[in-house]
Amino acid sequence: MGIEGIGARVARKEDRRFITGAGRYVDDMVVPGMKHAAFVRSPHAHAEIKKIDVKKAKAMPGVIDVLLGKELKTDGIGNLICGWMIHSKDGTPMKMGAWSPLAVDRVRYVGDAVAIVVAETKSQARDAAEAVEITYKELKSVTEAVDALKKGAPQIHPEADGNLIYDWEIGDAKATDAAIAKAAHVTKMHIVNNRLVPNAMEPRAALGHYDKAEDHYTCWTTSQNPHVARLVMSAFYNVAPENKLRVIAPDVGGGFGSKIYIYPEEIVCLWASKKTGVPVKWVADRTESFLTDAHGRDHVTEVQMAFDKDNKITALKVDTIANFGAYMSLFSSAVPTYLYATLLSGQYVIPAIHANVRAVYTNTAPVDAYRGAGRPEATYLLERTVETAARELGVSPADLRRKNFITTFPYQTPVIMCYDAGDYAASLDAAMKAADYAGFAKRKAAAAKKGKLRGIGMSNYIEACGIAPSAAVGSLGAGVGLWESAEVRVNGVGTIEVLTGSHSHGQGHETTFAQLVADRFGVPIDSVSIVHGDTDKVQMGMGTYGSRSGAVGMSAIVKALDKVEKKAKKIAAHLMEADEGDIVIENGVAKVAGTDKNVPWFQVALAAYTAHNLPAGMEPGLKEGAFYDPSNFTFPAGCYICEVEVDPETGVTEIVQFVAADDFGNIINPMIVEGQVHGGIAQGVGQALLEGASYDGASGQLVTASYMDYAMPRADDLPSFQVSTSNTPCPSNPLGIKGCGEAGAIGSPPAVMNAITDAIGNNDLTMPATPQKVWAAVRAAKKH
Amino acid sequence: MAGLAVSTTINGDSVEYLCQPDETLLDVLRDRLGLTGAKEGCGTGDCGACSIILDGRLVCSCLVLGAEAEGRRVETIEGMADGDVLHPLQQKFIEHAALQCGICTPGFLIAAKDLLARNPDPTEEEIRFGLAGNLCRCTGYDKIVRAVQDAASVMRAA
Repeated sequence: MGIEGIGARVARKEDRRFITGAGRYVDDMVVPGMKHAAFVRSPHAHAEIKKIDVKKAKAMPGVIDVLLGKELKTDGIGNLICGWMIHSKDGTPMKMGAWSPLAVDRVRYVGDAVAIVVAETKSQARDAAEAVEITYKELKSVTEAVDALKKGAPQIHPEADGNLIYDWEIGDAKATDAAIAKAAHVTKMHIVNNRLVPNAMEPRAALGHYDKAEDHYTCWTTSQNPHVARLVMSAFYNVAPENKLRVIAPDVGGGFGSKIYIYPEEIVCLWASKKTGVPVKWVADRTESFLTDAHGRDHVTEVQMAFDKDNKITALKVDTIANFGAYMSLFSSAVPTYLYATLLSGQYVIPAIHANVRAVYTNTAPVDAYRGAGRPEATYLLERTVETAARELGVSPADLRRKNFITTFPYQTPVIMCYDAGDYAASLDAAMKAADYAGFAKRKAAAAKKGKLRGIGMSNYIEACGIAPSAAVGSLGAGVGLWESAEVRVNGVGTIEVLTGSHSHGQGHETTFAQLVADRFGVPIDSVSIVHGDTDKVQMGMGTYGSRSGAVGMSAIVKALDKVEKKAKKIAAHLMEADEGDIVIENGVAKVAGTDKNVPWFQVALAAYTAHNLPAGMEPGLKEGAFYDPSNFTFPAGCYICEVEVDPETGVTEIVQFVAADDFGNIINPMIVEGQVHGGIAQGVGQALLEGASYDGASGQLVTASYMDYAMPRADDLPSFQVSTSNTPCPSNPLGIKGCGEAGAIGSPPAVMNAITDAIGNNDLTMPATPQKVWAAVRAAKKH
Repeated sequence: MAGLAVSTTINGDSVEYLCQPDETLLDVLRDRLGLTGAKEGCGTGDCGACSIILDGRLVCSCLVLGAEAEGRRVETIEGMADGDVLHPLQQKFIEHAALQCGICTPGFLIAAKDLLARNPDPTEEEIRFGLAGNLCRCTGYDKIVRAVQDAASVMRAA
């Protein structure tokens, strides 16, 4: 592997700028003549806009203009769209309500944008936004999806009768019902997956600049996929033609899914820049982020899992209601369908599965993919149900899982996915060993002596990553292909630039991608630069989400490297008068195998550009591009074990041990992979113990709209994590990579909840398991 | 616009600026002085991304007015390294990969520097409590804690 190649714990190249405060994020950007924007937002969950009076606001100090939705419409700016078509089981297409970037006649959630104010300073813009006078007629609102489906619920969009967006199913209902009818045991659960706010530490921001002289637009934005942003803004929102729009996502401070989507603000800032003639910058304040960033999860599910007399799972039946919020965000429709229900087989052989999913409008922030996206919801319901079944059947949770594991591959599940490789028992064994599972009873007894309730819980997750084969997702309704692109440019002196369509917002691509190149040619990683996040530099790309940058993005780089290597070998062979097939390139040198003949790498590169002595007919230059379209999803899997101590007097839960044993396939940089797992677990533990977006049912106000009200995991809330990996290489991509970005957030919530419910002897507990809820559950358990 | 004239010391240098009475020190640092290392993560003192040291005390610069810096000593992330020589905390953050997206990192480094100035040999628990005013959404804090432990031991040996 070499000290800088594949598998090495290389320190991150990008970190020097971050640890010196020299990172360049959107809010750090300054453009000459730049002015500042503030959005006027709805204070109501549901209301008609009767009148908007901007006179007073326009007269405020420093105000340049106040712009409204009807002007946006006049200029032909389009509505926001959801880019994945889902059909209901009756064959009808999903019911997408109109989402204007600035609301025109109705607002549908607290935070819905109504107007933009552009002013000399940030505070002048905010002051003037408060002076815009809007007359609303308040309407009844609804925040819970279950309530929005009830008769008489407020109708949110005229396009979606009864607020139902789609009623979708997958699997074999008849076979599932039949298996449940003749089961020896059926475990039934009511599962709530709590709504979360992603909370990237960098708030969303946009800087729109229309250059009149060039008739050209530039948008700096906090995006995980700037090319998709450019495509959608030009093709659907008519902001600017693609050839006149440059989108730059510079250093981006975390995304976790929430920065995949194209939001109203970047569209409106670009449009407002043209209207006002000045560059317009907007940066969300934290409460705006809480109100308007796409939220995650928010499922309510009834589940039945059937077993035969040998404790083999025979069927799984799932009925889910998914809250979509007030508008359909860009990828929202795919989350509770193809990213969720297709993973309901988990790690288990389940002969019959049926899932029904209803997607529902409510008067809340739009909901879309958040770290894991659908897979955490699938894993949570499966792993809570399996654990509960083990308790009901009186068998060990580990044994019950082991008995039902898929052990032969490829394995075709009843819900589309075909798992290509895995060894679930290996992860389970590794986790149980690391957690000293066998010694738990002793630790529980010791804890009891201190008056503490100790519990242990496990979770065996699987996810589908590396999304995905373009033809496959196209046939399932995706509006885009999910390939990735790369270009490898070898400069005349042998330094290398890699242009990638993946986007790094914390994942460390500048390091891992450089390791891949260093490994191939044996050049130092400092001579390799990774270029990303700018549509003027990188032609096209699909961006970073779904743990895809390694499996898909790096595979594209491999393809381009193959082409570069092939040409470099031809040049080297020509220079040394050797056979092309005898050339090997390693340690920065092209050699004739078995001889001492060699040419340094930089001379090969130089020869390509001087072109004085190239093989007959060869074009000068050493630069190759590639598009890589995966042939399958990848299937990371693993086992997480959590051990807790609950104080029955206070309900406070302490995580005393957290073990993760993951199978990510091959790994480029173990140090970066550990960090990804740590961060994922922190978000999963956050979901289980602390976090929950809460709307007031009567008013539709988000009551958790600040860090005073929404509990983020802090350093003193979390333990150290024991993480390890085993490795069954992914057979479908050249590097054997599966992906590691989401696993932690997928696998950890059920492990934590299984541990707490084990400790307190009461399974009736919802996330977040706050001290108050746990304390009440402990007391309820005592009464029984 | 006229403003208040402020004379202060930032990272050892005398600095003078004009600011508005309602302008935060964070905005002055970022927008007027080009010191963008401190970040606004919340604007309410809950996330620590804007951490600086003011007269030897750790503060959220979003909660301090620019005018309040008059006659005081301000230390920011930009002054943490000695030229090209990194502070041990910065060095250990790189070695341990104690950061991912980097937006909260300047705040963590400043808070950790303040912690180690007060307690050169903190336990893991003391580090976790000491850094609980800073939010990081990427790392789960594990590698940050290791980096601070390692830096503390290097600094004690120095």
